[in-house]
Amino acid sequence: MIEEYFVLPFIIGLFVLLVTLAIKYVSWIVQLSHIDKLRVLQGFFTRRTLSAIKKIWKECLLHTRIFKTNPLLGYMHMSFAFGWFVLILVGHIESYIHAESLSVPPWESIFFRYFHHEHFVGERFFAHFMDFILLYILSGVFLAYAKRLYSRVFGIKRSTKLKPKDRIALLSLWLIFPARLFAEGATASLYGNGGFVTGTLGGVFSFFEINSSFELAMWWIYSSSLGVFFITLPFTRYMHIPTEVLFILLREYGIQLKKEYNSVSKIQVYSCSRCGICIDACQMHHAEISNNQSVYILKNMRDENLTDRKLYNCLLCGRCEQACPVGINLNDLRISQRIQASKEFNSSYDFLTYKNTPQTDVAYFSGCMTHLTPGIKESVCAILEIAGINYLFLDKEKGACCGRPLMQAGQYQAAKKLIDYNRQQILDSGAHTLLVSCPICYKVFKDDYELGQINIKHHSEYFLELINAGYISPRKSDNIIVYHDPCELGRGANIYNEPREILKKIGKFRKVRIEKNQSLCCSGSLGDLSLSMPDRNIIKEQTLSVLLKHNPDILATACPLCKKTFVKGTFIQVKDIAEILVDSIKKKTALLPEMENVCE
Amino acid sequence: MKKFGFTTAQSRSIDYDKVNTKLIKYIIENESSFSTCISCGACTATCSAGNITHFNIRRLNIQIRLGKYETIKQEIDKCMLCGKCMLVCPRGINTRNVIMLIKKGLTTLDLSD
Ligand code: SF4
Ligand code: SF4
Ligand code: SF4
Ligand code: SF4
Repeated sequence: MIEEYFVLPFIIGLFVLLVTLAIKYVSWIVQLSHIDKLRVLQGFFTRRTLSAIKKIWKECLLHTRIFKTNPLLGYMHMSFAFGWFVLILVGHIESYIHAESLSVPPWESIFFRYFHHEHFVGERFFAHFMDFILLYILSGVFLAYAKRLYSRVFGIKRSTKLKPKDRIALLSLWLIFPARLFAEGATASLYGNGGFVTGTLGGVFSFFEINSSFELAMWWIYSSSLGVFFITLPFTRYMHIPTEVLFILLREYGIQLKKEYNSVSKIQVYSCSRCGICIDACQMHHAEISNNQSVYILKNMRDENLTDRKLYNCLLCGRCEQACPVGINLNDLRISQRIQASKEFNSSYDFLTYKNTPQTDVAYFSGCMTHLTPGIKESVCAILEIAGINYLFLDKEKGACCGRPLMQAGQYQAAKKLIDYNRQQILDSGAHTLLVSCPICYKVFKDDYELGQINIKHHSEYFLELINAGYISPRKSDNIIVYHDPCELGRGANIYNEPREILKKIGKFRKVRIEKNQSLCCSGSLGDLSLSMPDRNIIKEQTLSVLLKHNPDILATACPLCKKTFVKGTFIQVKDIAEILVDSIKKKTALLPEMENVCE
Repeated sequence: MKKFGFTTAQSRSIDYDKVNTKLIKYIIENESSFSTCISCGACTATCSAGNITHFNIRRLNIQIRLGKYETIKQEIDKCMLCGKCMLVCPRGINTRNVIMLIKKGLTTLDLSD
């Protein structure tokens, strides 16, 4: 019986794994807010749990989203996850059938071939099938070796760096399946119970006349590699495997990230599989910045050693978040870290005093950035005049900032002060619609202002409505127009079609190669506090090269900051949608000269 | 002098051996672009906070160099981080980062002489 002690590393490993996981899970769930706990309780016995299981199946085992972005990488993740799952499942079924009972200890199922050599019903089928799955996993292991050696094959620019404990975990994981192959091969050589792979290897072993101590050594290696992997799992990147399951469940129950960094944030942080897809999505590479992409930031959050320099150097463009196959809220996570880093010095803005706001139908908030691009401001006013809308220019003079730039910098308490101030004015005006010509403002109005019944409209949405209702009628010109999706409007607020609809009515609209939710960042983002101007320019040039590939007449955008950023980088006309629209209406109606300076 | 009914203006000369340079060093260490400021005042001209109050971001630059932390403390809280100054600055200075660093420096650094 002494031989059978080889199962001990596996049993100890599994025990340690289960206990640590239980402790982690429980402490996370205990730390959830009271409302979130209620959400879990309410959701548990509903269809949501089923739909979560379906998603867990698709994302944690089949890894369909990685597959979509990068088939080879997807295959690798799938072979490990799905293959191993099938191996364990079918292994158990095999041992149950063999024992004709369900009470089989787990190690007997895992090391089945060592314990049982005799013939039973379906024995041949199982031997071949298990060999097939093993081969499938081994192909993934082989890809993993190759990925470490030549990461470019996978389209990944740089693999993540490893710490010693990660290295141990990685090596043990890489060893598990080859060790299993050798162990089963050795047993097959002695007892002839192998399938088409292990049997063949057994044949080779027979040639060398191996004995039972060689066989036992192989099983020891297999069991030890399993044990080491299980023990290291909770303390390394592989913790993402069990955490992602929890993350998907909580998401299904409607639990969302909060502003402050808490246990929901931690669960998201630990769900990162370090697939590296976010590295590729990040434009910082062009400026040779390669230490602050989301995967590295998440690692720093786990290790609690994130520096300000890395934390604040990110455009918050959302390209990585869009690409992340796990669906981690990378932007908001980063902001929550910024909130924590800067919570000791928030401003109170006591100088803001409430004033009487006149009544209106439509309140127009232009925001700081639109004030910096007067052409946009005047075009918006002109269109409102032409359409005969009863509107109020809310922040025409001495307006306060919307609060979004503070929010992005993590100055949450300060932002709330500005939000309260502006919110009061908007509500006091009695407007049914709040018109905004800056996506940065739009985002914070939508996300944080709680304006109740008031319609919040970006000017592209609102002007499309005006056109469709016949209030304004633009004339189509021969100008070739391309459109740049601003990050805050596209990925930030999911508005892609309205600007395109308008542009199609005014000129010859052309698509660009990278657009909509994939679109590049203009580099002007206020989300980044420390990117230097020369580095910004490099990123801007890369974006412009994509946008201007086919020499359009006009580069259109729907954000004053994008416009301001782009004009400094090209001789091609850069215009906001409002400006193009007003031009086309003027051409048609030969507008009177007093339309100039219409905001004054 | 008093005898003759005159007063003399206080000396405006700056003795750099005596000013407290802790904050300016901290800022430039973390945001080197700040050392290229030419005090042109474009930032102040466009400033959203300056539009509502007497906040003057260019003047702050000088006060930081003079180590006048009490004035800075009162003033800096007015900035709304809107970013207009950054967009108009001819030297491409990350003014928002400078402001965050001032705030952080004032709260976390030991600035005593
Ligand atoms: S953050 Fe998302 S995309 Fe980036 S490595 Fe982690 S799981 Fe992959
Ligand atoms: S938000 Fe943009 S700049 Fe920041 S890490 Fe992601 S892709 Fe890079
Ligand atoms: S605009 Fe730039 S260079 Fe000019 S004073 Fe302001 S920070 Fe200095
Ligand atoms: S970021 Fe601050 S200093 Fe700069 S323009 Fe805005 S309010 Fe003024």
